[in-house]
Amino acid sequence: MELVEAIILAVLAASTPLLIAATGELVAERSGVLNLGVEGMMIVGAACGFAGAWLTGSIFIGALFGIVAGTLMSLVFALMALGLAVNQVATGLALTILGVGLSGLIGAGFVGERITPAVQLVIPGLTNVPLIGRVLFGENGFVYFSIALIVAVWWFLYRTRAGLILRACGDNHASAHALGYPVLRIRTLAVMFGGACAGLAGAYLPLAYTPFFIPGMTAGRGWIALALVVFSSWRPGRLVVGAYLFGAVTILQLHAQGWGVGIPSQFMSALPYLATVIVLVLLSRARTGGSTAPAALGTVFVPDR
Amino acid sequence: MQLVLEKRAERSGTIALVSPLIAIGLTIVTMVILFAILGKNPLLALHAYFIAPLTDGYSLQEIAVKATPLVMIAIGLSLCYLANAWNIGAEGQFLIGAVAGSWIAVKTQGTDAGAWVLPAMLVLAAAAGALYALIPAICKVKFGASEILTSLMLVYVADLFLDYLVRGPWRDPHGFNFPTTAEFDPVATVPLLIEGGRLHLGSTIALLVVAAAAILLGRTIKGFEIRVVGAAPRAARFGGFNANQLIILTFAVSGALAGLAGIIEVAGPVGHLQPGISPGYGFTAIIVAFLGRLNPLGILVAGLFLALTFIGGEQAQIAMKIPLDVTKVFQGILLFYVLACDSLILYRFKLVFPNRKVVARGAG
Repeated sequence: MELVEAIILAVLAASTPLLIAATGELVAERSGVLNLGVEGMMIVGAACGFAGAWLTGSIFIGALFGIVAGTLMSLVFALMALGLAVNQVATGLALTILGVGLSGLIGAGFVGERITPAVQLVIPGLTNVPLIGRVLFGENGFVYFSIALIVAVWWFLYRTRAGLILRACGDNHASAHALGYPVLRIRTLAVMFGGACAGLAGAYLPLAYTPFFIPGMTAGRGWIALALVVFSSWRPGRLVVGAYLFGAVTILQLHAQGWGVGIPSQFMSALPYLATVIVLVLLSRARTGGSTAPAALGTVFVPDR
Repeated sequence: MQLVLEKRAERSGTIALVSPLIAIGLTIVTMVILFAILGKNPLLALHAYFIAPLTDGYSLQEIAVKATPLVMIAIGLSLCYLANAWNIGAEGQFLIGAVAGSWIAVKTQGTDAGAWVLPAMLVLAAAAGALYALIPAICKVKFGASEILTSLMLVYVADLFLDYLVRGPWRDPHGFNFPTTAEFDPVATVPLLIEGGRLHLGSTIALLVVAAAAILLGRTIKGFEIRVVGAAPRAARFGGFNANQLIILTFAVSGALAGLAGIIEVAGPVGHLQPGISPGYGFTAIIVAFLGRLNPLGILVAGLFLALTFIGGEQAQIAMKIPLDVTKVFQGILLFYVLACDSLILYRFKLVFPNRKVVARGAG
């Protein structure tokens, strides 16, 4: 029983950064913008988040640092891809290359330092309940926040007028523009939300997952978050399922390594990446009838005046 | 105040030529600011980055050695990007090529295998790189899976596979437990062009690749098809060009070139297979491809320039203790400026003040 609880806890811990980053990217893509720079925004968020927490001693301020850093990175993307109508794929790649360099530069002074990681909730009586106690009532703030975030995004996209307008921009920017909506401004806000989420997801890694900063510690999680958005068919509900499934694959391979299964550890480590490829293939194949992607995703929009 | 883009009647040829130069200029200005923030003398730093490597013969050879994989990979990537196929997993194809070629080198080690070894390694590496690149291409064509994400995921897989081989079955038994194969035999090594120097035959191969790509794009129907499919997909369909077939073709060619670059790096400057054989060549080559305007000759120049920043970055680290990550920041910023300046080819930038007439005009 304790093992089951430990595994569930580990899966939640591994899934949370994927869920937060993918939630932000989902909103950006729903507005029609494909920002491939998630990995870059995450890794800068990780470096700045750790720096913030180390300097102030506060996990909360560290998380804010991560959010601000991710948002600033996304503004660079918005300026290029929306302001200057540059190809979004190339701009996103540039953002990732820049982010990897910047995070190394920012984080260089902090390698080897440690902080006290984010505290976990304790509710006397509830947290001690066997099996579900710690899973439900003993997580750190990031985990609860990630769930509140995806619920809020679902509500925003499907239950508010602003969400409807955002989706309209993603499906047909020309029509949205003709109706008088400021397409580029809405997209900029969506991209900034994506950046804030990616920054927070990055900051989660050194603040709650491991209590130190390592260069390149995001290890492709930003790219997996991008794949998760495809996996979810751009729907918040399925995104939650996808994020926890991927978290489970990550934990499964770690445990299998621990149990000494006779497979080289590198093959097990490759599992999450291979799983991503296989899932992308299976899902894309299932949808040959018609794409569920936002129709204007990744296309350049220059408003005529 | 608002920035507004105005479409040009036709693409500006002048800007197409000068935009990489504007981008480099803007990057250098940004770097001066960054050096100042880091508390380094910007002029000395720029000298270490861009001038010092050009002043001695050893560094000049080293630039050509570093430019070799960059140019070869970028030429392949440019074909993909021209055809609107987004291969960003060249790093993985580079590693798989290195692994496949090394297989022959490892298996023939210490035997009296003859001069066939190196050519066989090159061919196998190119084939393996091409096959590895075909995975995302086929997933894209058959199932519609995003080639961007699949090709990138396979980079991590290739990296782990190489790591497994050099820590496991291929580890040098006399290597003090370091994760590396034994040094390759002379027949499995790329010959040097200058005795005792660094320049090797791979640089010649890179030049041949540039020439071949220039002929393919400028003088053949296939090259024309690649350019039309990317630039005007609708027109290409009317012309009866098969876009899917071109995705397969360009991915295979770019994978083969990346694989070839991989084995040349391992059997040349490195001399054995080990983790970390690439300081991100596959990703830097993306910058090279765009900085070179997806044009073979442009890529040659851009590859030499990016190689200069690698060498300059190392020298700046030794001489001025400037962190190596500055080189990556430099490369990322450069790509941003290149893309931004490219926007000027198609659009005119205008600053608009609400309720007033147009006041300023961007580069016209």
